[in-house]
Amino acid sequence: MPDSRPGTRFPGYDVLSKRQGPSWNEKTREVIAKRLATASEPRFFTADEFLTVVAAASRIVPQPPTRRPVPIAALVDRKLHLMQSDGYRLPGTPRDGEAWRLGLKALDLETRVAFGVPFHILKEADQDFLLARMQSGELRDPAWTDMASDVFFRMRLARDIVLAYYSHPTAWSEIGWGGPASPRGYVRIDYDERDPWEAAEVKGGNVVAARRKNNRVR
Amino acid sequence: MRQYRQSEPVDFVIVGTGAGGGTLACRLAEHGFSVVAMDAGPYFRPLEDFASDESEQTKLYWTDDRIVDGANPLQMGGNNSGKAVGGSTVHFAMVSLRFRPEWFKSRSLLGYGADWPLDWREMWRYYSEVEDALKIAGPITYPWGPHRPRYPYRAHELNAAARALADGCEALGIQWTETPIATLSAPRGLAHPCVYRGFCTSGCSTNAKQSALVTWIPRAIAAGAEIRDLAMVGRIEADNSNLATGVHYHRDGQWRFQRARNVVVAGYAIETPRLLLNSATDRFPAGLANSSGLVGKNLMVQSNQAVWGTMEREVRSYKGPPSLAITEHWNYEDKGKDFFGGYCYMSQGPLPQLWANTLLSARGLWGPHLISEMENYNHVVGLKIVGEMLPQEANRVTLADETDQYGLRIPRITYSWCDNDRRLIDHSLAFMTEALEAVDATDIWRQNDDTCHLNGTARMGNDPLTSVVNADCRSWDIRNLWICDGSVFPTVGGVNPSLTIQAIACRTADRIKTMARRGEL
Repeated sequence: MPDSRPGTRFPGYDVLSKRQGPSWNEKTREVIAKRLATASEPRFFTADEFLTVVAAASRIVPQPPTRRPVPIAALVDRKLHLMQSDGYRLPGTPRDGEAWRLGLKALDLETRVAFGVPFHILKEADQDFLLARMQSGELRDPAWTDMASDVFFRMRLARDIVLAYYSHPTAWSEIGWGGPASPRGYVRIDYDERDPWEAAEVKGGNVVAARRKNNRVR
Repeated sequence: MRQYRQSEPVDFVIVGTGAGGGTLACRLAEHGFSVVAMDAGPYFRPLEDFASDESEQTKLYWTDDRIVDGANPLQMGGNNSGKAVGGSTVHFAMVSLRFRPEWFKSRSLLGYGADWPLDWREMWRYYSEVEDALKIAGPITYPWGPHRPRYPYRAHELNAAARALADGCEALGIQWTETPIATLSAPRGLAHPCVYRGFCTSGCSTNAKQSALVTWIPRAIAAGAEIRDLAMVGRIEADNSNLATGVHYHRDGQWRFQRARNVVVAGYAIETPRLLLNSATDRFPAGLANSSGLVGKNLMVQSNQAVWGTMEREVRSYKGPPSLAITEHWNYEDKGKDFFGGYCYMSQGPLPQLWANTLLSARGLWGPHLISEMENYNHVVGLKIVGEMLPQEANRVTLADETDQYGLRIPRITYSWCDNDRRLIDHSLAFMTEALEAVDATDIWRQNDDTCHLNGTARMGNDPLTSVVNADCRSWDIRNLWICDGSVFPTVGGVNPSLTIQAIACRTADRIKTMARRGEL
């Protein structure tokens, strides 16, 4: 059975070790370099809003303290700043950026009513409690106006956070995905087949063997 | 590339360059007509412009503002619309299937939906033409339906996800085959075979994918057509003699007008009715080509539900085109069904962002549950249907009061499943669950919410009272206004629509050539 602790299944695997190799074309290098250079200050969110997004992101996608965290909130912020939209919304739900502002304002109000403090300084369990109530549509303060809280959770808050996290090479390495693959692509595609430039999973508890293979990934 | 003046009418201005418009532009130009084909999106060069990255490649999607409502609001954007030269074929999954012959007469022969004004035998010939143009890679013999010629290129090998589908079918005693697919299995010209990088639905950066962008459009240009990109058409001009005179389009920051002797709308089943409705005049207050009142109605997506599980062995379904194996058993078998219509199902290969969002939106996972489930990514296996949904007039595209960046009223897309849709979905989910159990997948769960493709909203038919265009895609009301995309489908069938859209476009071009020769244009 694989080790169940997060981040231990593909020891030593780093998708970025292929960055200068034949699996990354120039356009990909350019795009990922830009993403990795995302500054941590918000451009779309206000400072207060940003604190809430950071706190929510750390509950939706908790990250281990043993490595540099993916700047999820900043990635979400940049997408909104560039007005990169999903392009569809339910009636009563404003466009992406406005929906975020409305939802954060409503969440803040609900938090202060229930706990008397802003969301970002709540205990993690209380943050999870509020997010779970949002997910099930049980947050119904008038501040939500016509936007249902569960719609905001599923189509904006959690969606944008999850997509931001899994747009980052750190997350790709964590799940053992091959990552960018143009022009080299793959050759071995059947069950249990692995190209030498793919992540090796720990098999039969042999961490050393997996780490050795992962260190050779280029 | 040849360029045409706006002030001199071209024979055809085509709005949209996807499976319908791109194909038609090519064939009309090859027949000697002067053609300008416009697309609201950019003309990408995949080798330089495409990254191996899900986020970056959202630039291929139509993400202009749209309202979705009804009991089952649609998810738009990546899954079903494109904004680029080549349209959504630039990011389609390349699955290239023929309709079951009976579907062209589903009302008469099968008792549901509406009959098409097309004969399946004629369509069979056009399917062959398109399959050859795209060098479809497929099996030597296809297990279902009447004889078809062997596919031009050999089938691709199976990845582990496809093998799981095949093993499941064999365990349950039904047939399966390699999916006929529009990516090269051998070299073609300057393009090399597919390298199995697995980013098909984010755009192919090696040009192995035979999209409209790399097949029909270069042929169109070689034959003298102009492709005008970044040109958003906002209104078709119609004069008092019931003729279209050209299109108003927004390019380089201003509105312009292209004169044309014929206008073809090929914007797919949301933008096509939107443009016709937005082109309303005093003479045509309900929008152009809309004397039947059917423009925008009978929108049909296809059910796209899935069953997912976890395998003990590594699957790594991110390698290769996502759907390398297929069964059309439930498209051709009518016994044992409590619903009209059919479905196929295919193997799957979701990339990480798509997969994480599926776990979030369809399974409700977040926090540590999401993180640990994502670590099983390389072991995930899935089967997903493309299922027939029935035409309903209440499923429709109308205009909302809000406007977009061009000042045009945005579409409101209303969609609700009917009982038949639900029964089909339930049948498929139960069957695919058995298929995954048969290959010893564990932790099996059902994704209930997805849909794909856009059809209907300007159906073809034999009667001006009950259809928008005739069999030649020519509108009943305005004789030089044509519609050539998935909008013309009276029913949607249980297969991906792109091959049928392209076959109709090839047929339409031939019909136009014939009519022109007879002086009937």
